[in-house]
Amino acid sequence: MELNAVTIGFFVFTILTLGGGLGVVTTRNLFQGTIWLMVSLFGVAGYFVLLSAPFLAAVQVLVYIGAIAILITFAVMLTRSVTRINERYIRTIPSFVASLALFLVLLFGITVPIFGDYPSEMAPTVVMTTRDLGVALVEGNGYVAPFLLASVLLTAAMIGAIFIARDEDS
Amino acid sequence: MVPLWMYLAVAAALFCIGVFGVLSRRNAVAILMGVELMLNAVNINLVAFWRYSETATPLLLNGYAFTAFVLIIAAAEAAVGLAIIITVYRNRRSVIPEEADTLKG
Amino acid sequence: MDELCTGLCKFMVESGADAGLAQFASLLVGVLLVSGVPLLTVIILIWVERKVAARIQDRIGPNRVGPLGLMQTFADLLKLLGKEDITPTSADRVLYNAAPLVSFASVVLIWVVVPFTPFHFGVDLEIGALYFVAIASLGTLAIMTAGWASNNKYALLGAFRVVALLVSYEVPLVFALLAPVMLAGSMSMLDIVNAQTGMWFVVLSPLAFVIFYISSQAETGRAPFDLIEAESELVAGFNIEYSGMKFGMFFAAEFLHVFTNGILMALLFFGGWMGPLYYESPLIAFAWLGLKGTIIYLTTLWLRNTVPRLRIDQIMAFNWKFLVPLSIANLILLSAALKILQELGIAPRDMLSAGFVDVLPTTIIMLLINLVMVAYLLGILRRHGQEFRRASQANQRTLAQAASGAGD
Repeated sequence: MELNAVTIGFFVFTILTLGGGLGVVTTRNLFQGTIWLMVSLFGVAGYFVLLSAPFLAAVQVLVYIGAIAILITFAVMLTRSVTRINERYIRTIPSFVASLALFLVLLFGITVPIFGDYPSEMAPTVVMTTRDLGVALVEGNGYVAPFLLASVLLTAAMIGAIFIARDEDS
Repeated sequence: MVPLWMYLAVAAALFCIGVFGVLSRRNAVAILMGVELMLNAVNINLVAFWRYSETATPLLLNGYAFTAFVLIIAAAEAAVGLAIIITVYRNRRSVIPEEADTLKG
Repeated sequence: MDELCTGLCKFMVESGADAGLAQFASLLVGVLLVSGVPLLTVIILIWVERKVAARIQDRIGPNRVGPLGLMQTFADLLKLLGKEDITPTSADRVLYNAAPLVSFASVVLIWVVVPFTPFHFGVDLEIGALYFVAIASLGTLAIMTAGWASNNKYALLGAFRVVALLVSYEVPLVFALLAPVMLAGSMSMLDIVNAQTGMWFVVLSPLAFVIFYISSQAETGRAPFDLIEAESELVAGFNIEYSGMKFGMFFAAEFLHVFTNGILMALLFFGGWMGPLYYESPLIAFAWLGLKGTIIYLTTLWLRNTVPRLRIDQIMAFNWKFLVPLSIANLILLSAALKILQELGIAPRDMLSAGFVDVLPTTIIMLLINLVMVAYLLGILRRHGQEFRRASQANQRTLAQAASGAGD
């Protein structure tokens, strides 16, 4: 594996993603955990750029950092008084063992080619533009049904969230 | 060029970090953050498989479109999940899922 | 910017430098150039802002340091640098110090996709318009972090209000942004500007421009949406604990954001560098873009210094009950009209290659649609205003009766 922009990018984003993820689960302060979550998700957006999906990267930053992370910070602050947002852990050792075991199993499955070899090179001729995605989302034999369903789901989620979180007194 | 298995390994590691977060936390918001990590691990996998598959053409963008849908689901899930957490907190002064047990027989 | 980098790289290799090093150095020069433009602009912007504000308020403004007070900003900079750099003892050290950086970076990073001339730009991202919305949302995060990390209740309250404001006004902003994207059929900033060869998008969709203008004014936290500061209620808002250069960075980020929005509006709605003789020289093209951006920027300053601040409930009600429905309706009408006109063969399928004559019929129809919408809106606003006045008069009458009753 030679050293070039892609591999350097891959390592930087790996550090961001996994480091951020570890930060999320190890920090006791929930607000800091949210910030770590954003670091991690930013790393994932970086992977999308490397995998030539820049549209997904921009949407990832917009949806996760611009919306979901802000929602989570609001939830953190609304459900705990600001000075007490430190959290306790439960079942630390069993959960650590369980997730480590899961990781080892997954790693075994990934590195040992049970289902045949993996391609080690990217597919060479991917000239995909955002326009192609747009066309695929509304085309009859593309993803028009899931796309419509997703829009209905989003509307339902929005109305549901407002309805659930509404203060009944007002 | 980075081989496919490295992307898969990173995604697996991220998924397991998310699992650990979900299992070891008591706060519902923290559990939700773990779930977000797991969803993102899946997204990495989807995009990586799509990018490395030989049929990755403009007409076949399964992984790409699936990831877009996962993002939509994640947004909906976060909105509804946090609304539920806030409501439970308002009623029971607690964000610990085990304590929201009024429906238990 | 690309050709400059490759040119420099070639020159360095020819004069005997290592190829990898040359590439790195020339890329670095490109990055410095793109980020240097906004950084230098800030220094002038602060002076312009103070002078304009002073003129509007019938004052002279800075006039002591240098000719016309031009050196005032440098004096202020020195003062800010010389100030004690305070970090509150109970603050979250890392986040407290990172917040101003993220805030400023979120604005500077927008300039990556700004095309200065047809040939000089940082990068021409295929998703340029989406990129700048995504990057701007980092600023919201910075404010939240600053408010929380300061460990001060006023800072946190200020941050909460600001974030609520920013998140709400992002919705009409993105909907309005979709109008030029749809008209150009591309999200690349370069394509959006080139698609305006025939007609500026502000003529094709004036309502989208007005929505974009209002919501970007809110995104920068300027009056009438200046809840960010709200000195009378929140002392100073989210940046109350910041001092010295860290405060200066928040300050510079806000000033630069306003000007960046002016440039973005010039690019998205006013044809960017389009103007007489722009193809003659990149300098003329750049001058046109700068001129348009500056004019829009000056109108925002004018607005800031003449309009009183709104309350938070008024701001939220205006956004969710007026601006969001309006932007959605505008988008639906625009897309439907565009599609119908394209099917009828009146509108050009590809704006990029359409001349003035090709776009003219579309323009007239679009303008008519927008006029009808504006007339309808004014009707709604008028009725609403009448109802509001009647209610407040009735309220005053009852108050007066109660007062006279109590007086007896």
